[in-house]
Amino acid sequence: MKGSEAIVKTLIGSGVHTTFGFPGGAVIPLFDEFLRFEGKIKNILVRHEQGAAHAADGYARASGKPGICIATSGPGATNLVTGIMTAYMDSSPIIAFGGQVSMSLIGNDAFQEADMMGITLPITKHSFQIKKANDVVPTILKAFRISAEGRPGPVYIDLPKDCQVGEVTKEAPKKVDIPSFKPVYRGNINQIKKAADMILAAERPVVIAGGGTIIANAAKEVTVLMDTFMIPTATTIMGKGIIPEDHPLAIGQVGMHGRKAANYAVINADLVMAVGCRFSDRITGNTSSYAEKAKVIHIDIDAAEIGKNIEVDVPIVGDSKSVLSDLIVVMNEKLKKKTETEWSKRMKELNQLCRCNMDSKKEPIEPKKLLFELNRILKTDDIVVTGVGQHQMFATHFIDRMKPRTFITSGGAGTMGFGLPAAMGAKVAVPDTNVFDIDGDGSFLMNIQELATLKEENIKVIPVVFNNSYLGMVRQWLEIYYSKRYSQVKLGRHSDFVKIAEAFGLGGIRVEKPAKIQDALKESIRSKETMVLDVYVEPESNILPMLPPGGHLKEAFGGCMNAKGVFF
Amino acid sequence: MTQQHKHIISMLVEDEPGVMTRISGLFARRGFNIDTITVGKTQTPKVSKIVITVKGDDRTVEQIEKQVNKLVDVFKTIEMKDDESVTRELCLVKVSLSNEKAKTDIMHYAQVYKAPIVDITPKSAIIQLVGKPQKNDAFLELMKPYGIKDISRTGTTAIQRGGNGEK
Ligand SMILES: Cc1ncc(C[n+]2csc(CCOP(=O)(O)OP(=O)(O)O)c2C)c(N)n1
Repeated sequence: MKGSEAIVKTLIGSGVHTTFGFPGGAVIPLFDEFLRFEGKIKNILVRHEQGAAHAADGYARASGKPGICIATSGPGATNLVTGIMTAYMDSSPIIAFGGQVSMSLIGNDAFQEADMMGITLPITKHSFQIKKANDVVPTILKAFRISAEGRPGPVYIDLPKDCQVGEVTKEAPKKVDIPSFKPVYRGNINQIKKAADMILAAERPVVIAGGGTIIANAAKEVTVLMDTFMIPTATTIMGKGIIPEDHPLAIGQVGMHGRKAANYAVINADLVMAVGCRFSDRITGNTSSYAEKAKVIHIDIDAAEIGKNIEVDVPIVGDSKSVLSDLIVVMNEKLKKKTETEWSKRMKELNQLCRCNMDSKKEPIEPKKLLFELNRILKTDDIVVTGVGQHQMFATHFIDRMKPRTFITSGGAGTMGFGLPAAMGAKVAVPDTNVFDIDGDGSFLMNIQELATLKEENIKVIPVVFNNSYLGMVRQWLEIYYSKRYSQVKLGRHSDFVKIAEAFGLGGIRVEKPAKIQDALKESIRSKETMVLDVYVEPESNILPMLPPGGHLKEAFGGCMNAKGVFF
Repeated sequence: MTQQHKHIISMLVEDEPGVMTRISGLFARRGFNIDTITVGKTQTPKVSKIVITVKGDDRTVEQIEKQVNKLVDVFKTIEMKDDESVTRELCLVKVSLSNEKAKTDIMHYAQVYKAPIVDITPKSAIIQLVGKPQKNDAFLELMKPYGIKDISRTGTTAIQRGGNGEK
C-alpha cells in the first residue's frame, strides 16, 4: 500500500467523511486516492486554501470533531496560515495537511518549497513533518489525538511527496501512545472544595463562562450553577450559547462591547469564577483594576492560562465539565437549593434594563432591526456564523442563542473572511440545520470566492450581509477616537452582492426597507440553494456599549437607553 | 520593572527534530534572551534533557515554564534552585604564553583551580575548566592580563541533589 492510500484509509478509519482542500503538484498522489475511495470520503474543492482552513474550522466548531483541510506545498500551504492561526486562537481542532517537496529536495529552495514547519510553529498546537511512508499512519493518529484532546488546537502535517508515493511496509498501529502528552481532566478535589466554600460564602458571586465550557460540553453544569444556585452568569464571545440566553440570570457578554449588566457584575462581585476562559484583554480591559473587589476562582484545562493575565485565588486545572460536576456535588452536599438573594434580584433587574427594544421602522435599516428580525426567525438548533466587525459584535450582543455550538465566530483572531467558509464547513458538519452567515460587506468580500464552492457542491447556507458601505468597526473607532477622520474605511456601494451571487449561479435579494426583511429571510431560508441577502443598513451606526481600549470596565459608554445612568 | 533573576530550567523532552526550535521560540516571543542552553541524551532512550539559563522576573519565567510544559514534545520542566541542585559548566580557554613568567603564572593558577592544561604550544596553552560558571568566570578574569585568544563555553548544565531523578 502506498503512503497516500494509507492516509486516506486512516482518515476514513478516524471517522472523516469530508475534507476541504485544493490541489497542486505536491498533493496529486493524495487526491488521486480520493477517486478510489469515492462514496467513503469526499474532498470539497474550495476556491482558495484560506477557505479550506476556515471551512475545516467551522466544521470542527459545529461538530466538536477535528476538521481536515489539505493544500499543496508552498503558496497553497501558506494560504492556509490565516485559517490555522484563527483556529489556534479559538482552540479549534483542525488538522491541516500541506504537501511538501520530496525529502531529497527539502532545504534546496526547490520549486514551491516553503518551510511550513517554521511558519506554522507559533500558530499550531503541534506540527509534524512526515519523513517516510511508514510514518504516515502513526502520525495521523497522533494528530487526531493531539488536536482534540486536552485544550484542542490545530495540528499541521507536512507531507513530502515521496512519502505519499512510497510503500508502507510496516503494519499500522491501531492506537498510538504519546508518552509526553497527558492532558489532565479531573480537577484537584481539595481545590474544588475550597472553591465550593468560597462560592457558598460569597454574597455577590458571578460566573464567567468561556469557550472552554463549550468545548467540554459543560452546558448542563453551567446551567445548574445559574439556575439552581442562582449565580448570575456572564459569557465571553466564545462562550456564547453555553446557557440559554433568555434566562433572567444570563447576564450577557462581558468585556469591551459587553452588556452593561455583565460588566457591572464583574466590577461589583465579591467572587468571580471564570470557567474555560482566558481573561483576554478584550474581556478585562485594564487588568490592574480588574474585578478589584472579588476573589477569583479560575478553572481551565490549560495550566498556562491560569495566572497568565489575572492573579487567581483558587486555580483549578481540569476540564470544565468534570470540574464543575465535582463542584456541584460538593455544593449540593452543603446546600440543597439556594434562594434568591439581594444580588441575584439586583442582577435580574439590571439585566432586564439592558434588554431594550430592538424593533425600529427607521430607514435606512438600523442594524439592530435586522437582528430583531433574525431573532424572531432563528430556531434553537440553527447555527449562526459571523464575519468580523460591527455586525459580529451586534450579533454577539443581540442574537439570543440557547445551545452550545450554535454560535460560531472568530473571537481571538478576529479574522475577516471567516464567515462564509466557516458557515460552509458548519453546514457540512450538520447538514440538516440552517446555517446563517452574518457578515459585513468588507468581510464577505474577503472569501467571496467560496460562493462558487457552495454552488458547485450544492451546499446551502444563508448569508446575510450587513452592507453599510464601510469597514464599519474601523470607521467607528475613527469616529470616536480620530474625530471622524475617515481614512481607508470607505468601501462604497458599487459592489453589487446580488449580481455577484447571480454570477456564481446563485440567487440574491437586496433589502432596503425594514418591512421587507422578514420576507427576504424567509425566502432565503426556503430556497434550495444559497441565496445572498444584501441588506443596506445605516452606514454610521455604532455598536455600543464600548470600552475604550485598555480602559476600566467602568468606562464603558453608550448602549441601551433604558440602562442609562442606572449603572456606574 | 519586577526583579530580574537568573533561572535555570531543566526539561525532559522527546528526542525529535524541532524541539529546540519550539522551546527557544517560546522564549524569543516574550523577548527573553537565553543565556545558555545545553542538550544531551539521558538514561532513557529517545528522551533528552535540555537545560536553559535565562534572566527574568519570577512570574514571567513561571509563565514560560508552563508554556514549555504544554509543548507536546516536552515531558516535564523543573526549575533548578541553587541550593537543591548541582550546576556545572565546561569552559575551554586558550591563553597566550608570551614569556616564561606568564607561563609559570598560568600553570600555577591552573593548578590551584585544578584545571588541566589539555594542549600546549610554545605560544599558547588550552586550559580546561569544569565548575560553577561563576568559578569559571573568576579564572577567566585571572587570565585576562596574559591575553585570552579564544574561549568556548558549553553553558550551564544542572542536576538535582539527593536520591531522586527527574521522571
Ligand atoms: C483580515 C483582517 N483584516 C483587517 C481587520 C481589521 N478590521 C477589524 S473590523 C474591520 C472592518 C470590518 O468591516 P465589515 O466586514 O464591513 O464589517 P462592519 O464592521 O462594517 O460590520 C477591519 C478592517 C481584521 N479584523 N481582519
